[in-house]
Amino acid sequence: MKRYLARRIGATAGITWLVASFVFLMIHMLPGDPAIMMLSSKDEAPTLEAIATMRQKLGLDQPIHVQYARWFSKALRGDLGNSLMTDRPVTQDLAMRIPRTISLLVPSLPLSVLLGIPLGVTAALHRGTVWDPLVSALALVGVSTPTFVSGLLLVLFFAINLGWLPSSGYVPLGDGPLAFARYAILPVISLTLGPMAVIMRMTRSSVLEQIQMDYVRTAWAKGLSERVVIYKHVLRNALIPVVTVVGLSLGSLFSGSVVVEAIYNWPGLSSLLLRAVAYRDYPVVQGTILSVALGFIVANLLTDLSYGFLDPRIRYD
Amino acid sequence: MKLLMKHLRRDKRLLVTGLFIAGIVLMAVLAPVLSSYDANEMRSAHRLESPSRQFLLGTDSFGRDTMSRLLSGSRITLFISVVSVVIGAVAGVSLGLVAGFSGGWIESVIMRSMDAALTLPPIVLSFFVVSFIGSTLFNVTGVIAVLSIPRFARLAYGSTISVKQNEYVEAMKAVGASTPRILYKAILPNIAGPIFVQASLSLAHAILTESSLSFLGLGPPPDIASWGRMIEQSYRFMHLNAHTIIWPALMISLTVLAFNILGDAVRDLIDPRLRS
Repeated sequence: MKRYLARRIGATAGITWLVASFVFLMIHMLPGDPAIMMLSSKDEAPTLEAIATMRQKLGLDQPIHVQYARWFSKALRGDLGNSLMTDRPVTQDLAMRIPRTISLLVPSLPLSVLLGIPLGVTAALHRGTVWDPLVSALALVGVSTPTFVSGLLLVLFFAINLGWLPSSGYVPLGDGPLAFARYAILPVISLTLGPMAVIMRMTRSSVLEQIQMDYVRTAWAKGLSERVVIYKHVLRNALIPVVTVVGLSLGSLFSGSVVVEAIYNWPGLSSLLLRAVAYRDYPVVQGTILSVALGFIVANLLTDLSYGFLDPRIRYD
Repeated sequence: MKLLMKHLRRDKRLLVTGLFIAGIVLMAVLAPVLSSYDANEMRSAHRLESPSRQFLLGTDSFGRDTMSRLLSGSRITLFISVVSVVIGAVAGVSLGLVAGFSGGWIESVIMRSMDAALTLPPIVLSFFVVSFIGSTLFNVTGVIAVLSIPRFARLAYGSTISVKQNEYVEAMKAVGASTPRILYKAILPNIAGPIFVQASLSLAHAILTESSLSFLGLGPPPDIASWGRMIEQSYRFMHLNAHTIIWPALMISLTVLAFNILGDAVRDLIDPRLRS
């Protein structure tokens, strides 16, 4: 197990490096010169001299491999450069915004799991009754509705029509959990719906598959109670594909957060990324994508490790 | 044909979704005829109006007729999704066939990159790419096409791998059949059904991605009225006139739903037959 872990961590570092280099390359292949873009914010067109000076200041006049080496060595030391727009260190912006986005993602994932799995199990177990088509229909709608649509509809209904909740804005958690919750409820619900629907569907089909198996028949024949059969035997096996789906949901949660942060004016990582890309603020884009990629890679690692936990037959030696 | 009729009658889903999709296609084709106004014509005297006899679904913040924009938006949506999925299917299936048949390092390289592409969330990737190469109609279509490739590749690959082992394929090789012929005769008929299912699901996904990108301002340029773009331009005025976002939102969700249900229905259709 330890060797597998070591190998995986090594692979993680390697992949992170690959992603970072890829991001670096892509940004520098862009049309559009950041020096010109920065200088064009003033009224007159920038002079060639001014552009040259700016390029030198930004280090853009060096050949690309020199730029890359510089950037990489700085990154290793934790210096991701300064924002081209605000001249603040990128890490400072990231440190400020990442917790805000996480404060949305952290409730959403468990919520979608806690709601999705029981509903999926219910649908599978009560196949003939009204529950199954109802839950399945709900799941289908959840999967087919884009996150921004459900987000906007929630705002329309709860904020504009009923006036129960604010339609946008942000209050830090430190300022009081109740105030935070008021602003966070709608964004979190919007984020939860999509993954919840996917998890529902996966759980339902997975449980249905397991119930047909021989070992379940044996368990019934042994006289075990329904609770034991389902929770101890069926679910443990049924949950393995569900874990995969949950891992993949992190991706769609992040995509959802890009849209949700736009709708609800939530000043998190995704809105930073959107703005930075629009203004070609390279250091910020690089830093943001790097942190996002790192987050995904770690999440993947955790998902893989959890397989061994759920199914004792899977062991990594 | 008779077989099709029999299936249509048996599974209501096929009938309902088929009709709905046919309706959307008709809407797209007949859009210029059906719209009373030009989709981009701004009338500042008639902003954010509710539905009336003059403007069937009301107007948006620029005074443009919502109904006409909705109709014209259906063209964009269908164009982008169909073209991207067709490209993705052709490219993906080809890659999968090549990977499955060649084996060796070609197989590894192709399938590993497909796996990598699948773990990345599509919106983030398309967002990243589109913001770099610019958001024109063709760029967006291209990005979504590339995103659809992995699933088709996997499909073709899996099928190729399993069929490759069969004796009749060996027999074909022994008789001297060329590789394209083997692929065409032995493998393609097996995957035709699953490809259709995947195409339907990919269409749903393409529409979702395109509308989300448009909503973020990264889709086709603003003068092209896509449904997602309509929502993006109007959601700030939601509290004044909800019609401007409700109708495009409804159209997007229903169309995606239709393609999802169609995919599920066709999957159920071909599955029991395979088992028997």
